[in-house]
Order: sequence, then C-alpha cells, then structure tokens
Amino acid sequence: MSASAETILSIEHVAVNFGGLVAISDMTFDVKRGEIVGLIGPNGAGKTTAFNVITGFQRQTSGEVLYRSHRLTGMKPHEIAKLGLVRTFQRTSVFKERSVFENVLTGLHCSGRSSLWDTLLQSRRERSSEHELADAANEILRFIGLERRAGEAAGILPYGEQRLIGVALALAVKPTMLLLDEPVSGMNHAETARFVKLLEKISASGVTILLVEHDMPMVMQVCNRIVVLNYGRIIAEGAPSEIQSNPEVIRAYLGQGKKRA
Amino acid sequence: MDELFQHFLNAIILGGTYALLGIGLTLIFGIMRVVNFTHGELYAFGAYCMYALVMIFHVNFFVALALAMAMGILMGAAIEMLLLNRLRGADIDTTMLVMIGAWIVMQNTEQFIWSGVALSINSPFPANPLVLGPLSVSWNRVYVFVIALALIGATYYLVNRTRLGKAMRATFQDRDTAALMGIRIDRIHTATFALGSGLAAAAGALLGPVFVVTPTMGDLAASKAFAIVILGGLGNITGATLGGFILAFVEELGAGYISSGYRDAMGFLLIILILLMRPTGLFAQKERIG
Amino acid sequence: MSRYLGWLLVAFLGSVPLWMQDFYFLHVLITTGIFIIAAMSLNLLLGYTGQLSLGHVAFFGIGAYTSALVSLGFQVHVLPDFTIGLAPKPAWFAMLAAVAVAGLTGYAIGKLSFRVRGAYFVIVSISFAEVVRLVAVNWVELTQGPMALNNIPALTLGSGPFELSFLRKPEFYLLVLAAAVVCYIVIARLVNSRAGRAMIALRENESLATSVGIDVTHYLVLATVVSAAIAGMAGALYAHYIRIVDPDIFLFIYTVTMVIMVITGGKGTLAGPIVGGALFGFVPEILRAMEIEPELQWVVYGVLMILVVYFLPRGIVPAIGGYFSGRKTAETADASSTAAETMQK
Repeated sequence: MSASAETILSIEHVAVNFGGLVAISDMTFDVKRGEIVGLIGPNGAGKTTAFNVITGFQRQTSGEVLYRSHRLTGMKPHEIAKLGLVRTFQRTSVFKERSVFENVLTGLHCSGRSSLWDTLLQSRRERSSEHELADAANEILRFIGLERRAGEAAGILPYGEQRLIGVALALAVKPTMLLLDEPVSGMNHAETARFVKLLEKISASGVTILLVEHDMPMVMQVCNRIVVLNYGRIIAEGAPSEIQSNPEVIRAYLGQGKKRA
Repeated sequence: MDELFQHFLNAIILGGTYALLGIGLTLIFGIMRVVNFTHGELYAFGAYCMYALVMIFHVNFFVALALAMAMGILMGAAIEMLLLNRLRGADIDTTMLVMIGAWIVMQNTEQFIWSGVALSINSPFPANPLVLGPLSVSWNRVYVFVIALALIGATYYLVNRTRLGKAMRATFQDRDTAALMGIRIDRIHTATFALGSGLAAAAGALLGPVFVVTPTMGDLAASKAFAIVILGGLGNITGATLGGFILAFVEELGAGYISSGYRDAMGFLLIILILLMRPTGLFAQKERIG
Repeated sequence: MSRYLGWLLVAFLGSVPLWMQDFYFLHVLITTGIFIIAAMSLNLLLGYTGQLSLGHVAFFGIGAYTSALVSLGFQVHVLPDFTIGLAPKPAWFAMLAAVAVAGLTGYAIGKLSFRVRGAYFVIVSISFAEVVRLVAVNWVELTQGPMALNNIPALTLGSGPFELSFLRKPEFYLLVLAAAVVCYIVIARLVNSRAGRAMIALRENESLATSVGIDVTHYLVLATVVSAAIAGMAGALYAHYIRIVDPDIFLFIYTVTMVIMVITGGKGTLAGPIVGGALFGFVPEILRAMEIEPELQWVVYGVLMILVVYFLPRGIVPAIGGYFSGRKTAETADASSTAAETMQK
C-alpha cells in the first residue's frame, strides 16, 4: 500500500463528555483509502461511543470528523450513510421478523428510483425499479454466501449468520467505507475464519474498513494497521506486530484483566 | 386587582390537588414508565368511594377520606398485580393498550353502577365562605388545600426518608442491582403503583365534595395529570408539585382573562408546547445504540 | 390466489344490495364499512410504521367537518370586521377538500409530533386531538359547536337525467364499498413498495433503519399524511351519510374503538383492520339484540382488548395464518437460538 494513499476518514481531537462523565477525552486518528484498520482497547475505552459519534448517532462535545472532506458534525445518521460511510451494530444487526431477502431489500433503500406516485400507480418505473432491487439483493446474498437462506426469517438464523446479514445490509447501501462494530463477537472459530475471508473479499472490492474487535488473533490477522484506544485517547498506532510488542498496550490490557491470547 | 388576587388564591388552592394528581402519576409514569391510563379512573374511584361512604353508609367525613384513599391503594395494587405484573418485559405499546382496556372497563363499570347522574357529597363545613378582606374562599377548599399539602409532605417523607422509598428509587434506577441487593422487585412495583393510585384516589376524595361526582370526571383529571408530569419532568416529585401549581395558575388566569371555554385546553396546549420545545424525550431511541 | 379470493369477496359484497332488502342491516354494513376505512388508515400508522398515535379521530373528524362546511358554505370573522367565507360547493368537491385538508393536517401534526418519541409522542397525539375537539366545541361561529352542523347535502354526481344520487342506503353502501376497495389498494401498494419497507424497518428497528440511509422523519410524516388523508375520506363519507356532524365525533373513545379494531384484527396486516372492523361493527349489534346495556358493551370491549393483547398479541389474522401454515415464527425460534448462543459461549 503506497504511503501517499489518500486519507478517507479523519477524526480530529474528538471529545465526548456527558454530564461529568468523560467517554472520550481526545481522540485523533486517520484511516486511509483501502486500509483495513482495527480499533482496539479494553472495555469501556470508548470504542462504541467513537463509532456512534463518527456515524452521527451521538454528538461529540468537541472536535471534528471528516469523511472525504465532508464535515460530518451535525449531519443525521441517514445522511452520513448516504455519503458512503456505513456502520453495523454489535447487537441486533438484523430486522428479526423479516426474511433475509427482505432485510437486504430494505438495505437497498437508497438504490430505489421510484417516487410515491410511481408506487401508487404501479407505473413501469416502479416495477422495473423493484426488479432491479430484487436482482441486486440476490447478488449481495450470493456475495455473502447466504443465498440459500433467503426466505427464512432473519431472527431464527444462527447468531453468526445474523452477523453476516448485518454486513449484507451495510453492503447494500453501497458504502465506500464500512465501520464494523465487533463483527465476530460470539462467533466460533469456523465462523470467524469464514468472516475473515469475507472481509478480505470486501476489501479487495475497494471498500475501506474500520473495525472494533476484541478477538485479537482475528484483528492481528486481518488488519493492516491497528489503533489502540484507552481511557478515551489513542495510546498507540501501527502495524500489528508493533502493537503486539508495545509496552503501553500490554499494560493497558493487563491492567484490566485477562488478555485474550 | 382584587379579581387577580382571587384568581391567585383559587389557583393556589387548586394547585394543591393538582400536585397530588401529578405526584401520583409521576411515580407511575416517571419511575415505572407505565403510561397509566387508569390514573383518572382512580381519581373518580376515590370520589365515588367518598360518595358511598358518606352518603350511603354515613361514615364520618374525615374517616371516609382515609378509607377512600386506602381503597385507592388497594385498587392500585390489584391492577398492578393482575394486569401489569405479567407485562413486565413487554414493550411500552402493549402496556399502554392493556391500560386503555382497563380504563374502559373501569369507567363503564362506574357508569353502569352509578349511572351518569352527577352526584354531590355533603361536607360538614359551614356554607359561608371564609372571608379575608376582599377575597373569599370556601371552608371546604381550605380543608382540601391543607390535606393536600399534608399528603404531599407525607409522600416526600416516604420516598426520600424511608427504607421503602429508598428501595423504590433503587429499583427504578437499576433494577438488576436492586434485585441483587435483596429488594423484592415485584413488591416494589406493586407498592409504587398502589401509592400513585392512592394519591389519585385521595385527590378525587378531596375534590368530590367540592365539585360533583360523574363517571367521566377522571378523563380531564388524567389529562391534567399528564400535563403536570411532563411539565415537572418524569419521576421528579418536586417538579410535579411545582407543575401542579403552575397548571392551576395557567388555567385560572387563562380562564379568567382569555376564555373560560378553553380552560381545559390549557393543559393540553401546555403539553404540546413543552414537548415541542424540549423534544429530547427520555424514550428517544427504542434500541440502545451499540 | 389470495388476490382472486379478494376480488371474489368484493364481488360478493357488491351483490348484497340485490338480495338484502333490510335497510337496517345495510345501515350497519355502511357504518361498519366507514369504520373499516378509518381502521385501515390507522393500521398504516400504528401497524406498519409502529407509531402508537392515539389522536387519530382528529383526522376523521376534520374530514367530516371540512366536507360538511364546504358543502354547506360558511362565514367566519377572523377579525372584528373582516370575514372569510365560502359559498356552498358540490358534495364531491367537498369530499375531495376533506381528504386534502385532513392530509395537510396530518403533515403539520406529523412534522411537529415526531420531534418527540415513545410515550411522549402518545401523549402529544392525544393532546392534539383534544385541542381540536375543544376548538370544535367552542368556535361556534364556524362549527355551530354542540348544536351541530345539520342538513349536510347528500352526495350527487352529474346532473339532469344522468344524475346519480347517493341518498339511499343501497347506493351509499356501494359508494362505501368502492371507497374501501380503493383505500385498500392504495395501502397495499404502499406497504409492498420501497416506502413500505422503509416504514416497516422503522417499526422494527429505528437505528438499523437509519444506518441504511432511511430518513426516519420523512417516512413517519409520509405515513401520517396518507393515514390522515384516508381517515379524512372516511370522515367525509360519514358526514354525507349521517348528514349531521357534532363535536362528539372527536371523542377519544372513537380513537380507542379504531385502535381496538386494528389491534384485535391484527396490526401490520392488510386483512387485520377489516376483520377487526367487522368484528366491532357487528358485535355491538349482537349485544344490542341481546339487550345488553351500552356500558356493559364497552366493558366487554375493554376485556376483549386486554385478552387479545395477552393471548393473541399479534391479533386474529396472524393467529389464524400461523395456525394454518405452522411455520416457525421468529418469536418461538428466538428462544431456541438464544439457547444455542449461550451454549456456544
């Protein structure tokens, strides 16, 4: 990866406090186009808050987030998603009551072309748009490897597959960057390996990835670069091998309890 | 000017009972997060109990008040145990619908038993009002005000200084921890709902003799209670107290100087205005982010 | 398959005036039909979009009053010596105006109300409806207050030898049936479209919906506008059928009736409000035939609602559907999948 790859996401001195509680004290880091970056840190370090702030679900107290030179402050989450910066959720990542196919179709919302009148009059544009969306949904399901589950209710699928649907939803929005919130938590060894392959496939298709994870082997394997967050600030940044031997990082984890090997 | 003072006086007196209604609901809506559509019915229930006790069974007026409140507490406990208990984990829509059903059943039962005729309750106070210079107020209302204040004070004491009150506050702040500390969650829920209902019944028992008793009297009371709770902040007893007085003032002055027909609309307009200016409701997100 | 059944049902219902001569029964069908249209509209907002709006009767009533006032004509003083007035217009125009005004009100109220959510939203919706009712009671110059608007003209189309008058029950019944079919089609098309998927997504998981780029407020307001417009249509039909409109039309109890219809029938399904509406259209008649007091009728409804919420939480239609298909639903499987999860960890 070239040193002159452009910066796609820039977080500058973001701080988040609510009523005396400091969730993030001063966070600054970049993500370059095409990277797979891992954001790690002990529990309570502020990782999910960081995601919420970046994607507009929470307002930062100070600091700035820039995505492809757009200032994200004050933008609503759906507007940020439309810019191409899409996140997944750690819990409930799917619409449980709807089928897998309907889930992905919902995710393709922004790709639809028809207006309300088209819908009410069932115009040709409506019908062709719906066809396109259905085709796109099937395409995404094939990419993820879940085409056989298309008709089943998302909520009854095994947890690992629900996570995959969550990623499918995010891919449906045609992102240029994906923020994955603990994507493999709760997955077993085989599911995690499958997921890593999927991540590499997504990255190869040109999507930049920032992920939060606790599964260290997975992070070390898949990420180009790692950023470590503790007590609301970045304490280290670098390649996986550098981070593994960084004394500050080790201290941060050991101080918190068992380090997962 | 005298008219203004008279309005002020009326408002203060009315505010006391409104505060009672509001405190009762803020405990239930604010702390338990139940949109209690039966609150108005407990108010009416208290008034009807008062009527039955005083006019039919000829119980002493003051004893009847205590009994009516006690019956309100029991009724509240019954509702909580029968209906709300099994809905503990359900979403807010389901609970609301059940409470609406309960409201329909209660009001129509009352209508069936007592018919729609307005009933009056005799009070033992002299008919001549207490006169203070240019202002006058009926003895009945003075009594209502005093008792209301006493009950407000007692509630404060209960919630802030007793073990039960502490257990209540703990349960609704962090249920799991409270359970781990040995607090019987079920009992606390029942007690809180019963207390809130008891206060509503007391308000009804106090105001029943002042106005008349009708089956639909609870509806207006309920809407005012909601306005007060929103005004004062959910779960905030001090806020509910202040809110009760503020609503009374807004109504009195609005009715006196703007239009008496729209008096009852004041509460609703207040709700709308406040919620629109401070849109960050506490239930803003259904799903916790992350 | 179900589409053909649907049209068959419509054809059957359309044939009713041919063989049913009992005008009282037709009257019950008409009022039930009007309530079903109102219930369908509420279902869009409550069932599909998941917003417990308890002010719905306001749209129904606004539709009724608008249609009545436009067809009767009115004049009001907005300033001491400045009046605004409208000459009487034909009923069909009045009804279209009613739909438009109700829709606009839906837009305004939607835009304002959705700034708050959850229980606060419920309270705001009730409050709006109550304010509208009090305006109807007190603004006597416009609405005649409790004295009601009388002699609302019946709907007539065309003129001379081609005049079609909806004065008698059989004709009005067919009008209501036609209106119900149109509303059903509109709602069906909407919920099965991209916009419908967005609304359902909002109901299921708002944050997730937002994260895929769905503009929550936009779709909430859209659902409200369409819902309000259809309710306004139902109100207009009511006004030109009963031909008297008074402020009691805005009573909270009517919203409750609509809510009961939607919930018991099955919220979030197309057939739900029809089943619920039919049930609560006919049950009062049955109870009345059994000479049960109106108050006790309401007690029955209240109990019924509580029972449905407890035992058939999704309503009658999904319960029947689930019984026939026997498909593992997401709810029952939730238990098994969470069990599997905990075993994995």
